[in-house]
Amino acid sequence: MKMLTRTAMLVLLPLSALAADPALDARNYPGPAWSPYIVGAGIGVLSWLTFYFSDKPIGASSFYATLAGMIGKIFARKHTGQLAYFKTEPPVVNWGFLFVIATIVGALIAALTGGEFVNEWVPPMWSARFGDSIALRGAVAGAGGVLMAFGARLAGGCTSGHGISGTMQLNVASWIAVAGFFIGGIAVAMLLFHL
Amino acid sequence: MIDPGKAVKESSVAKPPAALSPKLIVGALIFGLAFGFLLQKGGVGTYHILLGQLLLQDWTVVKIMMTAVVVGMVGIFPLHHFAKVNLHIKPTRLGPNIIGGLVFGAGFALIGYCPGTGAAALGQGSWDALFGMAGLVAGSWLYAELSGRLKNTVEKWGDLGKRTLPDVLHLPRGATIAIMVVLLTAVLIALERFFPRSS
Repeated sequence: MKMLTRTAMLVLLPLSALAADPALDARNYPGPAWSPYIVGAGIGVLSWLTFYFSDKPIGASSFYATLAGMIGKIFARKHTGQLAYFKTEPPVVNWGFLFVIATIVGALIAALTGGEFVNEWVPPMWSARFGDSIALRGAVAGAGGVLMAFGARLAGGCTSGHGISGTMQLNVASWIAVAGFFIGGIAVAMLLFHL
Repeated sequence: MIDPGKAVKESSVAKPPAALSPKLIVGALIFGLAFGFLLQKGGVGTYHILLGQLLLQDWTVVKIMMTAVVVGMVGIFPLHHFAKVNLHIKPTRLGPNIIGGLVFGAGFALIGYCPGTGAAALGQGSWDALFGMAGLVAGSWLYAELSGRLKNTVEKWGDLGKRTLPDVLHLPRGATIAIMVVLLTAVLIALERFFPRSS
C-alpha cells in the first residue's frame, strides 16, 4: 500500500510542479542572456563550419575519455595502452580535446563580457533544496559525472555528439540515445526535486 | 533536388586518427570558443536552467537543441549532396544506445550539467562543475577499463549497423528532412506558445 501511494505520488507530484515551493522552480531564477533560437541557430551554423573546415561533428564527451587516458598513461602506461577503448581512441591531444578546452574559454569570455560570471560553488536552486554544503553538492555531482560519462561512452555520445550533431544527421542511434537522456534525466530529476 | 546518396563523396569512412594539422588546431580553437560563448549566452551553463528542463519547468535546453538540429540539417545535407562534407553516422546498437542513454540521463540529473555545458559552467565560474568533470573523467576510465568486456556483450545487443531515419522510414532523404524540419518547427512553435521564458 505504501508502495502504491509512493508510486502515485511519483506520477502526480511532477504534474503539480506549479504548486511547489517557488525556490524550487527554475522559472524564478534568472533566464538566459540570449534567445534560445539565436543560440540554437548559431550552434546549427557552427555545425556546418565544423563539418566543412574540420570534418568533425561537434561533441564534448570524448574530451573526458581522452583526459582519463592521459592521466592513465602517467600512472600505468602499459595497462592504459592495453585497454580496448584506448586502442581505437588513443588518448592524445586531438581536435575534440582542443575544442572542449576552447569551449571553457569561450564561456569565460561570454560570462565576463556579459556580467554573468557567477563565482559560486553551489548553485542557488540546489541549495534551496539540499542546503549549501559543498561536500554534498560535490559528491552528487561527482557521482553523476561517473554515470554520465559511462552512459555517454556506452551510448556513443553525449547531448552534443548525439543530441545535436547526430540527430541533425538523422542518425537513428542518436534519436534513441537522446530519448534515453531525457527519460532518464526527467525521472531522476523528478525524484530529486519532488520526493 | 535533395536526393543524393549515389553520386556523392563517400561518407563516414573510419579514418586513421589524423595528425593535428595547423588547420585543425585553429578550427578546434575557434569553433570551441564560439561553442562555449553560445552555450553561456544561451544559459545552458547554468544549473537551474538545465535542471529546469529536466523538471519540465524551463524549456530553454530543448529549444536550443531543436533549433540547432533544424538549422544544422538544412545546411549539412545540401553540403553533403554537393560533396562538400562527410557525414559522421554512428552505428545503431539498441542495447548500448538505450542503456547508455538512460544511465547518461540519470547522471545528467545528478550533476546538473552535461559534458559540453559542464565546460561552459566551469567557464562562467560555476565551480561545482569541477566535481562533475572529475566524475566524468572517472566514469570514462571505468568504461575504458571495462571496454574489452562490454564490446563482446552489451555492445552487441541489437546491433543494426549504421542506420539513418530515411533508411528505417523507407523515405527519400529529402522528404525525411522536409518532414523533420516541419515537425520540429511545429514543436518549437508550440513550446514557445505554452512555455515562453521571459529572461
